[in-house]
Amino acid sequence: MNPKRAWSLPVVLLACLSMLAMFPLVGETFYIQLLTKVMIMAIFAMSLDLLVGYTGLVSLGHAAFYGLAGYVLARVAPQYDSANLWTTLPLALGACAAFALLTGLLVLRTSGVYFIMVTLAFAQMLFFVFHDTPIGGGSDGIYIYARPLAKIGDTTLLNLQDRRIFYWFVLCLMAVVYLFLKRVLNSNFGRALIGIKINEHRLRALGFPTFRYKLASYTLSGALAGLAGYLAAAQFGFVNPEILGWHSSGSVLMMVILGGMGTLHGSILGAFAFILLQEALSNQAWFGDAAAHWQLAMGLFIIIVALLLPRGLMGVSSLFSARAKQESGIE
Amino acid sequence: MDPAFFFIQLLNGLQYGLLLFLVACGLTLIFGILGIINLAHGSFYMIGAYIAWSLASMTGNLALAILLGIPLTVLLGMLLERLLYRHLYARDHLYQVLMTYGLILVFEELRSMVWGDDVHGVAVPAMLSGSIPLTENLSYPVYRLAISGVCLLLAGGLYWLIQKTRLGMMIRAGSTNREMVQALGININLLYTLIFSLGVALAAFAGMIAAPVSSVYPNMGAQVVIICFVVVVIGGIGSVWGALIAAILIGLTDTFGKVLVPEYAGISTYLLMALVLLWRPEGLFKRI
Repeated sequence: MNPKRAWSLPVVLLACLSMLAMFPLVGETFYIQLLTKVMIMAIFAMSLDLLVGYTGLVSLGHAAFYGLAGYVLARVAPQYDSANLWTTLPLALGACAAFALLTGLLVLRTSGVYFIMVTLAFAQMLFFVFHDTPIGGGSDGIYIYARPLAKIGDTTLLNLQDRRIFYWFVLCLMAVVYLFLKRVLNSNFGRALIGIKINEHRLRALGFPTFRYKLASYTLSGALAGLAGYLAAAQFGFVNPEILGWHSSGSVLMMVILGGMGTLHGSILGAFAFILLQEALSNQAWFGDAAAHWQLAMGLFIIIVALLLPRGLMGVSSLFSARAKQESGIE
Repeated sequence: MDPAFFFIQLLNGLQYGLLLFLVACGLTLIFGILGIINLAHGSFYMIGAYIAWSLASMTGNLALAILLGIPLTVLLGMLLERLLYRHLYARDHLYQVLMTYGLILVFEELRSMVWGDDVHGVAVPAMLSGSIPLTENLSYPVYRLAISGVCLLLAGGLYWLIQKTRLGMMIRAGSTNREMVQALGININLLYTLIFSLGVALAAFAGMIAAPVSSVYPNMGAQVVIICFVVVVIGGIGSVWGALIAAILIGLTDTFGKVLVPEYAGISTYLLMALVLLWRPEGLFKRI
């Protein structure tokens, strides 16, 4: 990266952040809620990017953690009252981390295409746990009637019931997750992960216990996906088995690729692009009757991205510049 | 459990497992030789079932519908391989996952546009509609036996194709060293198209013969393909015989799970996979 771009990225990110922070003051309720959803998905996508983009582990079962955290919130929340944020959030994250650690011990014994299939299979197993057994509430799922509250003593610190406060809360968490992952990836631990992605054998030869590194990355990634799942369950007020189905895992993988994997801000961009595109394609005012078949357009779009844009949207500009260079080289 | 009931469940488990094998062997061949992870394989199963349903309701004859449907699915396989899959052979699995995931969305939406979202039943052919009495009040449908028989015949045919024919020799060679096969002057592009279409046709055929038993409904492919991934992981990727044994194992586990512990039946097959992973992370079999 040249020095000119080294400072321009933080400036762009700060500008976007402040625009997002000011949006609830002017935006309509519908768009505030839509952007909240997008930012939650951005956290989800960043957590997967840690695995796919930095550790080189392609997971097709990441929605398992996202859904698990939601179910934990739904199960421990009092029926008609707000849950306590201070206890339920750590509990949900802890459950996801524990599940990631346990399944990680198994799935990390495999690699490559096995890893893809096995992560998918374990997510499906959890799907059946919540779908079939009494703890999950069947295919209808469970309702969460009130959002969690953050209280100290008797004073409410954060009233997440207010959609604007919830929006800002999610925005702050997205920024925190971004900065936290940046910090992690710049540490020795993060550099080892990137090394594993590039050449695991060499890292092992250098004496790194690569299995433990991958397991730590998998666990951290699972816990962060759980954060997104907790927030999503709080926002929508219900959980059902579909949220940990494979379409959920496929969508978030698409967001990571779309933004360009291995760049955290790319995952945020990918989440925005994916969900806004989905909203646009299913908008009846724009596409009339064709909007009902938005999945067709989405599927074709995904196929085109997979075939033509290996580096996602972030790669579009370099695609042109590379072509320009090639053309000038031919002359 | 009384013996006749046990025997019926055993036959059911075998029939389900053999049906899974038809889908899984295409999946494992396509991965083992073409190097492609094909999430959309379940869509071919679904397409087969819907083709069987629409042709059977047009002609009134399931056997005729299957005969007419098979060439259609082979053609579909050839087109997809030439137009889309071919471009992903050299690419990372990640992009194969993405493209085939996109294909699932396209196929599901096209299915909804062409055939609608209703559940349809397909009549069992009159010749096979009887059942064999086992005790006074338990009997077994002939059609399910016929499914198992046809699947076993196909498994035998595949064995003959892979082990005894020239094409099979090329397939075996292609699974171990594709550059060498190409260097020996074998048209690898044609071989890949053939294998891919074979996989598509087998999955679609499984959907066609399963249609009278399971009926025809939206998203029917998703469930099958995920279970088939489990089959392929247990059997060892690229191994057709591994897939056969793993498929029967899964079929029996699922069937007896549903009888003995209905609430945990969905989980039982995945627990079996976890056990195999602990024991042998690369699956049970290595060779094709």
